[in-house]
Order: sequence, then C-alpha cells, then structure tokens
Amino acid sequence: MSAHDTAPHTPVFTGVVRAKLDVVLARYPTKRAGLLPALWMVQEARGWISDDAMAEVAQVLELTPAYVKGVATFYTMYHLHPVGKHFVQVCTTTPCNICGAEGVAEAFLKHTGCGDLGATSPDGKWTVIEVECLGACGFPTPVLVNDDFLENVTAEKVPEIVKKYSA
Amino acid sequence: MGYPHKSHPKETVVLSQYFGDAEARTYDGWVKRGGYQALQKVLGMTPVEVTDVVKASGLRGRGGAGFPTGLKWSFMPKEKSKPHYLCCNADESEPGTFKDREIMRWTPHALIEGCAIAQLAIQAEVCFIYIRGEFTDPWAVMEKAVEEAYAKGTLGANAMGSGKRIDMHLHRGAGAYICGEETALMNSIEGKRGNPRIKPPFPAAQGLFALPTTINNVETLAAVPHIINRGADWYKALCLSNPKSVGTKLFSVCGHVQKPGNYEITLGYPLKDLIYDMCGGVLKGRTLKACIPGGSSVPFLNREESEGCLLDYEGCVAAGSMLGSAGCIVFDDSADMVYQTMRLAKFYAHESCAQCTQCREGTAWTVRILQKILDGDGTSKDLDLLLDLADQMTGKTICVLSDSCAAPVVSGIKKFRGEFEAYLKGARRAQVAVA
Ligand SMILES: Cc1cc2nc3c(=O)[nH]c(=O)nc-3n(C[C@H](O)[C@H](O)[C@H](O)COP(=O)(O)O)c2cc1C
Ligand code: SF4
Ligand code: FES
Repeated sequence: MSAHDTAPHTPVFTGVVRAKLDVVLARYPTKRAGLLPALWMVQEARGWISDDAMAEVAQVLELTPAYVKGVATFYTMYHLHPVGKHFVQVCTTTPCNICGAEGVAEAFLKHTGCGDLGATSPDGKWTVIEVECLGACGFPTPVLVNDDFLENVTAEKVPEIVKKYSA
Repeated sequence: MGYPHKSHPKETVVLSQYFGDAEARTYDGWVKRGGYQALQKVLGMTPVEVTDVVKASGLRGRGGAGFPTGLKWSFMPKEKSKPHYLCCNADESEPGTFKDREIMRWTPHALIEGCAIAQLAIQAEVCFIYIRGEFTDPWAVMEKAVEEAYAKGTLGANAMGSGKRIDMHLHRGAGAYICGEETALMNSIEGKRGNPRIKPPFPAAQGLFALPTTINNVETLAAVPHIINRGADWYKALCLSNPKSVGTKLFSVCGHVQKPGNYEITLGYPLKDLIYDMCGGVLKGRTLKACIPGGSSVPFLNREESEGCLLDYEGCVAAGSMLGSAGCIVFDDSADMVYQTMRLAKFYAHESCAQCTQCREGTAWTVRILQKILDGDGTSKDLDLLLDLADQMTGKTICVLSDSCAAPVVSGIKKFRGEFEAYLKGARRAQVAVA
C-alpha cells in the first residue's frame, strides 16, 4: 500500500476484499448500506479514495458515482486526496484546548516539516490536521497517528513520537 | 472507578468495576465475573416482562436526553409483523464525554449482554453497534468480543441454546459528530449522508430501513444486565436526591482538574465533591472559574452555581444547566471564556450538517462575530447581535445541534460578560490559555 498511489486505478473489490465486502453486505437489507464499509475498504487498500475508486464502489453497490461522492464528502475521515504516510489528527476542541492542545498541533507541524495544517511534508511522510473532539478528553491531548490512538501527548513528547514513526 | 486512577471510596462502582482489568475483556473472564447470567435469565422471560423490569428500575437514557428506557422500549410494536432493529449509539463525540469508550475498551461483554437483552425485549433479531470511526481501540476490543460471543454460541441463530436468534454487527462511522443524533445515525448506517430526519415518524414506527427501531446509548445498555441481575428495586434505591433520577452514572471529568477521568457516582451527588474531592480539585494555585456539567452542548455554570449543583437531571437544571451526557469540563481562572466560547461555537459550525438555514448560517456567523471580538474589532452591538442570533437558532431546527451552539454563547455572555466587555474596550487581547 502506498499513500501516494496515483497510478491508474485497478479494481479494489476482487479476491479477498470482494469476499470481505460480501460478508458485510449480507448483514443489511440494502446494498446501499454497504457504502461506508466499502469506502473504508478502499481507504485501507489504497490509502485514499480516488474518483475512479468511487466509481468502482458505485458500480459494485449499484449506486451512481455522484451519489457515492456526495456521501464520501460528508464524512471527514475519508481521504479524497492522497495524504502523508503518517496521518496525524490532533484534537484541539475546548477540553483539550485548555490543556495545551494547540501547542501539540504546532509541535507536530514543526517536527514533521509539514509547516501548514493539511499540507503533506516534502518527503511525503506526514500530514497533520487539527480535528474536533476525539472522545478521550480526560487524556489530553489525544492524537491519532493513522490507527494508533495516543493519549496524554504534550508538546514536549512530540519530537520523540515523530522520531519513532520516522524510523 | 476513576480510571486511570484507583477507585475513590465515595464512588458507587457498578459499570466501572472492571475498568483496567484486562481479563474482564475476555468471554471467559466475563463469565467468571458473573457475565451472561442476566441474558440467560431474560431468555426465559417474555418481552413485556423484561421491559417492565427496566421500566420499574427508573433507568433513563445516558446518551443525553434522559428519556426513560423502559418506556422507549414499550413504544415498539408488540405484534411483530416485520423485522425490528436495535441500534446501539457508540458515536460518543460530545466534547467532554469519554465514558462509552471506557465501557467498550474494558467491558465489551457488558455491552454485548445489554444489547442482547434489549433485543429480546423489543424483539429485534439484529443489532447494529455504531462506533465512531476514530475509536480504533474500542473497535478492536468490541470486534474480538463479538467474535467470541458468536464462537461460544451466545450470539447467533440459537443464542445460548434457546432457539432464539440474536445477531450483532459493528458499523464504523467516518467522522461526523452529527451521526450521534439518532436519526442521522440510522441514515449513516443506511449508506446516506448523516442528516437528521424530521420527526415524526419516530424510530419505533419507522427507524432503520424504515422498520421499527430502538436506539440506546452504550452506557444505558451496559446498565441493563445489572438491573436484571439485582432487580429494579435495587437500582431505584440508588438515589441521593430526586427520585426521578436514579442509578449510577459515569461522569467524565476533564479540563483543569488534578485527576481527570471517569468517576461513577450515584445520581444526586454534589458536583463540588466530584471536582474537589474525587478529582483532587483544580490545579495548584488556581481557582475554579466555570464548569460545563453535561458535555459541550449544555450551558456553562459559574463557580457559585457549580458549587451548589447536584448531579442529576433535575439538579443540573436547577443550577442553570443540564446533565446531558455527563461530560464535565472544568475551567480554572486561567481560562479565557471568550476564546473558549468561540472554540465551542467553531465545533458546532464544523459539525453542522447544513440542512437548516438557522444552523448552517447561524453557527458560522456566531464564530465570525466572536472572532471579530477576539481580534479587538468588536463593538457593544455585537453582544446583542450574538444573543439575538442565538435566539434565532434555538428551537427552530430539525435537530438540536443548533440549540447546542447557542447554549454556551448565551450562558457565556450572561455569566462572564465582564470578559467579553474587556475585549470590546480593548483591555484584553486574545491569548490561548495554557494549563
Ligand atoms: C447533535 C446530537 C448528537 C448526539 N450525539 C450522541 C452520541 O454521540 N451518543 C449518544 O449516545 N447519543 C447522542 N445523542 C442523543 C441521541 O440522539 C439519542 O437520544 C440517544 O442515543 C438515545 O439513547 P438513550 O435513550 O439511551 O440515551 C445526540 C443527539 C444530538 C442532537
Ligand atoms: S440543526 Fe444543524 S445539524 Fe441539526 S439537522 Fe439542522 S442543520 Fe443539521
Ligand atoms: S476535546 Fe479533545 S478529545 Fe475531547
């Protein structure tokens, strides 16, 4: 899997992935209900969800590409553009904010070389964004690095975290 | 228990008894701790009998609205002519709230058992547990626990050998606070944008896939096995103040306290004791300025109101706020209330599903005005404008997200007007409060 996979689209829903989708589809009375799970499967396989991938999802679930796009854009966790290999989400909502979360976000921007929120670092390794409440406000600041949920991150701990993932 | 801290002697430990105990996560470990006895018992009862026990217990929904759970279940059609569904709301995204995460991380089988019992009560063969996309750890724990429960025959076509079918599936959200609203959650499962629906029809008539559906919060469902095991009278007797508010409740405490975490108390417990005793008070050398007792959607309490507030549905209203989801956010005197009000409004502006004009425009406009005040460009008219706008945003939309944005603005201006005025006079510059 490459986060920067911009090569021509090859089908995602073949072999085991197709089988996995079929298991999921059996749970629902409509094919449409497989949409969020299918989009997750694309993102897991390709790192992001391209227009071509959305068209494939549409075909598999018998929906229109426009419908799929309309739903995909509603949800913030789907990447509709390629992102860095390590995707960092820092909570900066009020409870974390009053415990120093903005400093944590700044530290990530600085130490990953991303510079700006949402921008990917020149080496393609990092993207850092601020997100709203991660549902772990008692462990400020919670940070998601891809699927790793880190708790009690302080600005001081950021260089060490960046180093660990860069290794 | 106050995970990650040890249990405080004044907590009433029911739901949180096994937080931090890794063995309790496994099927066998759970059974060893008395797990699945309640389900066994319920398999021998009629749906009405189960519902009546929950009704008699006085349990109210822990997702925010506090609606009586047994009564909600009783709205489901008694004569089953088409499939029924149960939805478990594990979307937990209300700023300040992090209790459902702990229930799922430590006691996944408590939730599975609670869901299974509710399914039998409402005659739903299928339950979808909707877990927010960011909850990667709870997802992994729940996935394993559901697999185990199937492998043991507790779930499936012949649940515990009863001949009854109980199916349970996890459904992953993808980043949208609004999907915690019950009808938005159903749309999301159906593969649609998470837009709340106009009610009626209510979910018990036309819910998920337009079929009769009940939706309950994680904590609500996790309490059910205890009620079945120990009886409605036991639960009802857990009460320190108003008899309409019974049982234990997990309070997630965060912000400027020494020991943030989840604390399980009997309803009616004083907020003052939760903050100063259980959580060790505010940080050294600081004083309490404000508290939001029930998640970011409810009004601020100032220090005096906080210190007089009893933590139950009625007590929080009497103090000037609401119990909500029991996400207790504590602010000490270092907090800039103008900045934090803006930050809360920004949350709602970001999370508005944009169906209703008042909400879509109102939340964004509120942020712009507050930002202008913070930038030192505000005028005395802006506070009136904010209040007027908040009024336009309250009680006029499909769901209450719009009202939720107005709550901190109105209470912030009312209770901390001096801080807003200091900005208007240019006496204060925006500064980010640090811990
Ligand atoms: C904007 C909005 C967000 C909500 N978010 C949640 C949530 O994350 N979790 C939850 O359990 N209930 C949430 N609710 C409340 C649900 O709509 C619903 O009342 C609740 O899940 C019912 O369960 P209960 O009766 O067990 O409390 C939200 C409501 C609104 C209006
Ligand atoms: S109030 Fe806001 S979030 Fe709720 S339905 Fe209307 S636009 Fe959507
Ligand atoms: S506010 Fe940061 S996790 Fe809730």
